[in-house]
Amino acid sequence: MEPGEIHALLGENGAGKSTLMNVLYGLYQPDEGEILVDGEPLKLRGPSDAISAGIGMVHQHFMLVPVFTVTENIMLGAEQIRGGISGFLDRRRARREVVEVSERYGLRVDPDAVIEDLPVGIQQRVEIVKALTRDVDLLILDEPTAVLTPQETEELLTVMRSLKAAGKSIVFITHKLGEVKAIADRITVIRRGKTVGTASPEASRDELAALMVGRNVRLTVEKATAKPGKPVLEIAGLVVDDDRQIRAVDGIDLTVHAGEVLGVAGVQGNGQTELIEAIMGLRPTLAGSVTLDGESIDGWTTKRVLRAGVGYVPEDRSVDGLVKEFSVAENLVLDIYDRPPFAGGLALKPEAIATSAKQRIEQFDVRTSSADMPVGTLSGGNQQKVIVARELSRPLKLFIAAQPTRGVDVGSIEFIHSQVIHERDIGTAVLVVSSELDEVLGLADRVAVMYRGRIIGIVSPDTPREEIGLLMAGITPEAAAEQAGGDATSTEPPGNEDEA
Amino acid sequence: MSTMAVPDVAVAAVDEGFWTRNRKVGLVLLLLGLLSAVLFGALATDQQARFTLSEDAAGTALEINGTFGAILFGVIALAAGAALLTVVPKRWFLLVLGVGLVAFVLSFLCWQVSAAPAGQNFMPLVNIIRGTFILALPLIFGALAGVLCERSGVVNVAIEGQLLMGAFSGALFGSISGNVWVGLVAAAVGGAFISLLLAVFSIRYLVDQTVMGIVLNLLAVGVTGFLYERLMQTNAERYNSAPRFSNWEIPLLKDIPVLGPALFRSNIFLYLGLLLVLVIHIGLFRTRWGLRTRSVGEHPTAADTLGVRVLRLRYRNVLLAGVVAGIGGASYTLALYSFTKNMIGGKGFIALAALIFGRWNPTGALLAALFFGFADQLATYLGAINSVIPSQFLAMLPYLATILAVAGLVGRVRAPAADGKPYVKG
Repeated sequence: MEPGEIHALLGENGAGKSTLMNVLYGLYQPDEGEILVDGEPLKLRGPSDAISAGIGMVHQHFMLVPVFTVTENIMLGAEQIRGGISGFLDRRRARREVVEVSERYGLRVDPDAVIEDLPVGIQQRVEIVKALTRDVDLLILDEPTAVLTPQETEELLTVMRSLKAAGKSIVFITHKLGEVKAIADRITVIRRGKTVGTASPEASRDELAALMVGRNVRLTVEKATAKPGKPVLEIAGLVVDDDRQIRAVDGIDLTVHAGEVLGVAGVQGNGQTELIEAIMGLRPTLAGSVTLDGESIDGWTTKRVLRAGVGYVPEDRSVDGLVKEFSVAENLVLDIYDRPPFAGGLALKPEAIATSAKQRIEQFDVRTSSADMPVGTLSGGNQQKVIVARELSRPLKLFIAAQPTRGVDVGSIEFIHSQVIHERDIGTAVLVVSSELDEVLGLADRVAVMYRGRIIGIVSPDTPREEIGLLMAGITPEAAAEQAGGDATSTEPPGNEDEA
Repeated sequence: MSTMAVPDVAVAAVDEGFWTRNRKVGLVLLLLGLLSAVLFGALATDQQARFTLSEDAAGTALEINGTFGAILFGVIALAAGAALLTVVPKRWFLLVLGVGLVAFVLSFLCWQVSAAPAGQNFMPLVNIIRGTFILALPLIFGALAGVLCERSGVVNVAIEGQLLMGAFSGALFGSISGNVWVGLVAAAVGGAFISLLLAVFSIRYLVDQTVMGIVLNLLAVGVTGFLYERLMQTNAERYNSAPRFSNWEIPLLKDIPVLGPALFRSNIFLYLGLLLVLVIHIGLFRTRWGLRTRSVGEHPTAADTLGVRVLRLRYRNVLLAGVVAGIGGASYTLALYSFTKNMIGGKGFIALAALIFGRWNPTGALLAALFFGFADQLATYLGAINSVIPSQFLAMLPYLATILAVAGLVGRVRAPAADGKPYVKG
């Protein structure tokens, strides 16, 4: 790393980027090897050593106490203490420092706001200010754009440029090629815990992608044009609350036809989870109706919904999708363990379960040493394949996949995507929810964008990404046109409007 | 206190439509007021109900006609309930609710006091207040021990055991040495010993904290019970006759009417308890230790990334909690009674309830403890005047109140987010 440099660390999920940086931040201890700062080896016993060595980190999952104020979060660990022996906090001085630092770098935050009331973009800003108040020279940003809208991402890139201008070095961890090309001075690609190459930002997307995954991959999903049939899932005026009794789904109308993939795009936390859980009978609905194949499924238990021909890949496989301690074979029959041929009378039939497991492990390319292995010992991609295998082994009318490839290696992603498309082609209605816009655009025949519990627009997957990005930020084309019009009169020279 | 505001906001966002929480509480209060005005008014007699400002029937007294008082206070409670149902803005909610509940209790007392046997139509306020604080004292210490532990993310179900161990070792070492101060230190160490076990097993070995707490309570009952039978019963002279702290009068404060004689001619434990509430409150919300403690109880990973040593802080707070609870146990054996088997008798669990009722706040816990203490004291008093209400029913009251409280009377109760979750790096 050099001073004033933005160094991108590129690698697919699970390649070891975050682990490397956690070592650098002193959270994990290295088994071997050493870290050099200005030519000197550095021994980090904990994050406080890293901080005093001038290293700051913004974690992928924010390290903020939700019930604390911005100032409290920033002062924690490096508290301003009133003179003397008392140990009393000097909140006023701490607050002043927050204001001062945030103004110096153009990162506006309200020092008295409580974290849990702030949107994620602002929370991230608080994290950056927190690092800056500790006088860091090197700032590590771990997947900073994962939770941001394209517009917030743009703002973040601007902030990064101004930090660079102030002489700070930045390590930017990501798996998104576009951002890397937009901002990095130098790129290091990591695969399976090893550095596989460095590149300059001039390298093409395909070159970088190939470095990342080790072979040439298709960035798009190959599929024929959809042949939509009759409506299978019809949602009208659906209203659902989240766990905190705050409205999460606020009047949604949505129809999914047989033989099509409807993709739901949106920044995480805009009600996608609650929408799916409501359909599956996992969460009570407050208003509206859900019909499956013309039959109302309001108030049905989850079991009944599943038995009616709905396949479901939950977004968090380790919590909702699998019983980790159970074997692969057992996990493969979690949905129909009580039906023949897997059960008879009061007893399970282990032979039938084993035979069917063997078939499906082969058919869905699950890499495991045996069907009796606890599913928790498999890699993320193979765990996900177990779920997909289970859900697609029943005759389905509707297949719902939430974040189907989160934390999954590229090979498995391709396989799972092809299974989704195959399911579509045999006439099942498919609903895919993903926070990865690329995934939604690749799979979907129609894209519904969710924002604050509403469907803000339904567009074709060929729509320009920028337009979908605006929708994800809650800006409809009409509003955008209005805004652009307003801007044009004040700042932009006339004529630029046509390009937008 | 800033953390207190948050749950209120969350609750406000929850209830939409007419039947908000405030309105529901208002309706309950209205019905209570109606009940007291009609029923208590009818049952009360025309005797004067006297509330004396002393320890007996003598001296100045606040007097009111029984029937009139019962109806008057009933109507006030009813009016407070009606106000909550209709016009009262949110920020006055607690105040109006408090007025209503106090009026309900007063209406009840007017009935009871006026209906008491002849010659007993008085309630000595000094005794009642003193008794309330004495009964609340172990709860205050216990709940503070809970605050210290749980604010740093370790569930403390072992309060009962800590109190018991404190009471026992205070009595034992106080007796052997013949010195109250030695007894006090021993009590603190005894409580800390239970805490140490809790800390090691829940922090180091990640044992389920609730299960661990229950096991420790049983251990404390077993160990102290065994030693009580082997040592104290066979040689009470030597092992169970600890000296006691005498009462200290506090200059000036002791001359305040009613409160002076009730509170400020008391023993060291009451002063210590009240002081600790203040110190821990300021400590939690104003000092570096407090900020770090709360951060570790809410989001230990965040604290760790900022160089806060999570496990060390948890050890320290859990041990501190044991010290506080141990001293609370000694408030029995070094001031009031000799040690007897299982003498805490469930107060540790009520302290746990006071902790939740008081929303994990030192001052809230104090108020909750006083409420429980008052209910307890009232039961004793009503027994003494041969009330028609069975004393068992009144003894049940605190628990009933706890259920109501935990069910949402005090608003959404939110524990520290990482409470009960062991912290493992990575």
